[in-house]
Amino acid sequence: MVGLNAYMWLSLAVFTIGMIGFLTRRNIIVIFMSIELMLNAVNINLVALSHFIEDLNGQVLAFFVIAVAAAEAAIGLAILIALSRTKAGCHVDEATEMKG
Amino acid sequence: MGKTYLLIPFLPLLGFFINILFGREYIRDKAHWVSVPLVGGSLAVAILTIAEVIGGRTINEDLYSWIVSGDFKVSVGFLVDQLTAVMLLVVAGVSFLVHVYSIGYMHGDEGYYRFFAYLNLFTFSMLMLIMSNNFLQLYFGWEAVGLCSYFLIGYFFKKKSAADAGKKAFIVNRFGDFGFGLGVIVIFLTFGTLHYQPVFGAVKGIVGNTVLIFGHEFDLITVIALLLFCGAVGKSAQLPLHVWLPDAMEGPTPVSALIHAATMVTAGVFMVARCNPIFNLSPFAMDVVAVVGAVTALFAATIGLVQNDIKRIIAYSTCSQLGYMFLACGVGAYSAGIFHLYTHGFFKALLFLGAGSVMHAMSGELDIWKMGGLKKHLPITYWTMLLASLSIAGVPGFAGFFSKDEILWQTFQRGELGKVLYVMATLTALLTAFYSFRIVMLAFHGKFRGTHEQEHHLHESPTAMTVPLMVLAVGAIITGWVGIPQLIGDAIGLTHSTWFFEFLTPVVGHPHGEGTHAQEVMVILVSILVGVIGIAGALYFYARQGERADKLLENPALSSVHRVLWNKYYVDELYDRIIIRPTMWVAARVVQNFTDTRIIEFIVNGVPAAIGRLSERMRALQSGLLSNYAVAMVIGLFLIIVLLSVR
Repeated sequence: MVGLNAYMWLSLAVFTIGMIGFLTRRNIIVIFMSIELMLNAVNINLVALSHFIEDLNGQVLAFFVIAVAAAEAAIGLAILIALSRTKAGCHVDEATEMKG
Repeated sequence: MGKTYLLIPFLPLLGFFINILFGREYIRDKAHWVSVPLVGGSLAVAILTIAEVIGGRTINEDLYSWIVSGDFKVSVGFLVDQLTAVMLLVVAGVSFLVHVYSIGYMHGDEGYYRFFAYLNLFTFSMLMLIMSNNFLQLYFGWEAVGLCSYFLIGYFFKKKSAADAGKKAFIVNRFGDFGFGLGVIVIFLTFGTLHYQPVFGAVKGIVGNTVLIFGHEFDLITVIALLLFCGAVGKSAQLPLHVWLPDAMEGPTPVSALIHAATMVTAGVFMVARCNPIFNLSPFAMDVVAVVGAVTALFAATIGLVQNDIKRIIAYSTCSQLGYMFLACGVGAYSAGIFHLYTHGFFKALLFLGAGSVMHAMSGELDIWKMGGLKKHLPITYWTMLLASLSIAGVPGFAGFFSKDEILWQTFQRGELGKVLYVMATLTALLTAFYSFRIVMLAFHGKFRGTHEQEHHLHESPTAMTVPLMVLAVGAIITGWVGIPQLIGDAIGLTHSTWFFEFLTPVVGHPHGEGTHAQEVMVILVSILVGVIGIAGALYFYARQGERADKLLENPALSSVHRVLWNKYYVDELYDRIIIRPTMWVAARVVQNFTDTRIIEFIVNGVPAAIGRLSERMRALQSGLLSNYAVAMVIGLFLIIVLLSVR
């Protein structure tokens, strides 16, 4: 039987990988992938805790996170397409139109 | 009779809305087709209502809760009693005639629809004022007629003097209305209601109550009465707030006749008569009213003696006659004051409309020294003006004689003060007869002194103007016949000769004088005598283009008196020194240079400038780089985690 701690460590590791990727990469596709990693790290956490404290609410919440992630991916892809059309690439540093 | 009486004020209001909304685009020079029938309808309903009141049925009902706020309750309500009935006849009657007259007088003016719209609005406001059953609605009407007066004095707003006169009337009235407003507030604080009936019912209960103002005790009723009287002084152009009325003659002549002679300026007298239960309980306030009235009557009459502008003479005459009405109220003879108001409404409107007819013929000339000999060119105007002048001069048989005589007689019976005021009032009657016939002599008799062009152009006015003149002339004769003194009534075998006073007794009471018959005969004879002397004096001095009057001015003493009168006792100059200039100085030095620039502009310009500088710094944060935002989010996340774990 694998203990709760193992899941927590796994979740932390995945979240940290995602966060570092989110901060360091400039390619928008990789940024999206990093965000997915962070969301799924949270999901691992939710499901594991839900199992160990014997409360199904956590698993239900995980489904919501998946649904939000799907929606976010759809919008993200739309942004990606718009970016690649206007800037001929997918580097976020090139899009600075929102500078105040 | 149901609620048909509501048509009296609201028909003119309808006319106002139609003309003001559609006048400029569609109605234009047909505005009278809207206004005149509506005001005529209003007059017809008014006459029916008056007949009901004469039949003994009065109305006092609330129709609509206007304001309810805690203890403060005010309704829109109407009170039609004997006093209102008299006012209805004057207001609706003169208003209708002036509307008809204006068809001819204002013909071809570019603001024709606007003129009728304002005239309608004025009629509505004045009717609301007299038909109100509470002080707040009275105040509403009071301010609304003031507003219409302002609109109509400044009707020829392209002329600077007219615009200035409008402003002057409005601002001078502010002084009086401030007191009036305070009076209404004190009434509410004292009685907890603003309706006439409960207030007048409870006023006896506060006799002897005092109020502390600046550390001095004052009788509460006197304070209320004097504050209300402040408003009357402003609106009815009594000393010291009379200065606006002569300048108000810048407005079109029908306006002078309606607003500044027959109706609006008499609102003060009406209000004092309406509030007679309050005034009666304060002998001091009554004396103030009587003295202000008598002094104004004499003061304005002396100025009227020497003016050359036909409308200004009549304006001073109005001031003077209003003084008579206040004198009557002040000696407790409210019914005599209202009687004079009622007769004066007709003959004074006639004088103004006649003056308007003269101006119409003379292409706007106002100087009576440039007229002369108009009798043969304007026969109807001449005869009607002559009747009005006989009436105001107090020739027996005419309306003005009966009303003025009643005031003189009632004043005479009021103790020591009454005797002094009686002498002043009798002297005023002499001057009144004199200046009225000065106009008649200089304008209508003698040789024409204007330009050839004017002489060539002389013509009688159109029918729309002469018919109201003739109707008013009939009024100037017969309106007095409802209040013939008992003495004369008995002598010629009339029963109910003093019907008018009996009619008003339920509202204003009737004073019981202690004078004897012999004294009454004396008062009547003296009043006839001064009228005749005044007329004869004018006929003597102003015959042959006034050469005898000119000769009088060669006397240095008389000529310096003339100079003082000509300059209206320098009251305008005095106000200019003590009020206008200091105010302008404060406005320029303190308000403009300090309050405006240092305080207000500092705030309104300083706040946006500070926000601008702050946001200039903050915009650096918004770099547009996604990675910067990502770092900010992560830092924020860490901060939240740290905060949560510290707790």
